[in-house]
Amino acid sequence: MGYKAKFRVWRGEGGEGKLEDFTVEVNEGEVVLDVIHRLQATQAPDLAVRWNCKAGKCGSCSMEINGRPRLGCMTRMSTFDESETITVTPMRTFPVIKDLVCDVSFNYQKAREIPSFTPPKDVKPGEYRMQQIDVERSQEFRKCIECFMCNNVCHVIRDHDENKPAFAGPRFLMRIAELDMHPYDELDRRESAQEDHGLGYCNITKCCTEVCPEHIKITDNALIPMKERVVDRKYDPLVWLGSKIFKRSN
Amino acid sequence: MTQTTAESPIRKQRAQLNVRTLRTDRWWLTPALTFAGLMSFLIYGIWAILDKSYFAEPYIAPFSSPCLATSCPEGARFLGLAPFGDWYTLPPGLLILGLPGGFRLTCYYYRKSYYRSFWLSPPACAVSEPHTKYSGETRLPLIIQNVHRYFFYLAVVIGAILAYDAVLAFRDEHGNWGHVGLGTLILLANAVLIFCYTLGCHSCRHITAGRLNHFSKHPLRYKAWTFVSKLNARHQQFAWASMYSVMIADLYVRLVAKGVINFPFA
Repeated sequence: MGYKAKFRVWRGEGGEGKLEDFTVEVNEGEVVLDVIHRLQATQAPDLAVRWNCKAGKCGSCSMEINGRPRLGCMTRMSTFDESETITVTPMRTFPVIKDLVCDVSFNYQKAREIPSFTPPKDVKPGEYRMQQIDVERSQEFRKCIECFMCNNVCHVIRDHDENKPAFAGPRFLMRIAELDMHPYDELDRRESAQEDHGLGYCNITKCCTEVCPEHIKITDNALIPMKERVVDRKYDPLVWLGSKIFKRSN
Repeated sequence: MTQTTAESPIRKQRAQLNVRTLRTDRWWLTPALTFAGLMSFLIYGIWAILDKSYFAEPYIAPFSSPCLATSCPEGARFLGLAPFGDWYTLPPGLLILGLPGGFRLTCYYYRKSYYRSFWLSPPACAVSEPHTKYSGETRLPLIIQNVHRYFFYLAVVIGAILAYDAVLAFRDEHGNWGHVGLGTLILLANAVLIFCYTLGCHSCRHITAGRLNHFSKHPLRYKAWTFVSKLNARHQQFAWASMYSVMIADLYVRLVAKGVINFPFA
């Protein structure tokens, strides 16, 4: 059963633009991205939107729908009231290229700043032996589809653009945690997580977890454990003393 | 429209939207309820600490336990001891207030709740915060939040004392075992919830085995971590449940002590 929905879509180039109103047909079973595509096909052929898989696995169609970061392809129209006006805007934390398409190169820059996996020098590829329980924590973080909605919603950079140089964002702090928990990673990442990647900026308000389309418990399983590891390294005198006396390794 | 290049300054700008949020749901409701809930605890706590009716044999109000001064009634003293002697005349709750208070204040869940509801940083996801600058927990005073694990150690001791109080509540006013009153059950439920909250703490999760990278080499610690992780998954629920259970238990004992509640098996 189709109906006519009211859409307000942000249109513009760079940061300058405005919300434009559309009335567009919606059919049963459709998602917001389907409606955006219908707008392209019928009323706004130059409307820019990034998309790829339409299955919630490529992370391309991140946008803000009624103010909330969502994947366009995973947001069912049936979740809205038929009389509701649906507002679609680009992600607010990143610069806009055109319409709903953002320049997310901030994230690639941050990814490059993280030292890669550093295995022991005497272990050759093919010789890694790990038990499942040793790697399953890190495996949760590998579900990330890099939609960057966690970085988009994080108020540390969303509301404070000036923090961008100092803060890697939840996605890449999670990457640091993933590597730090890896049984074969030899690099001590705790100091740099705090000093170089801005873990201390996180005030664990869990918006990253709330918006994650893969339901990764970013805060509880990555950021807070990483904060606790940083406490071991920087702020807990007893752990520091113990590590000096007993030469403990984990 | 003029075509811009990737280098043009206009491409460095975010979408200009001069509204705090475009959310259409009741995003303000959760921080408002959290604010009300935490404020009710603070207000009750201040009243309870100053209130002197904290002991009704065999019950002692959790906000005043352990009672460590000579001014405490003899049956209320922890293990019969009064290490603070008779020079201490202020309410006994003041002596230990900082331990559970500090634990909750630095708790990762409570941090989320009061950063959102009191400091509005942010009030809700994708809702702009009102502050012009933000440094998070990188500098004083908020860097002190990293002391949380030490409050955890102290909170375990307080939890054990509340459990001990609950066990003593199985005695009647003459010291005979076998008494079970409504107060006994309330103190017992409170002790259980306090332990579920305390042991589900993120620092506890880290201490048990979270800091390890090789769970397989430490099977017992891994088992402990698995158990703590289950509690940790419900840390928010236990935080609220234990906060209200301790208030209810405390109020109940005070009402018994004041004679307001005086039915049989109270």
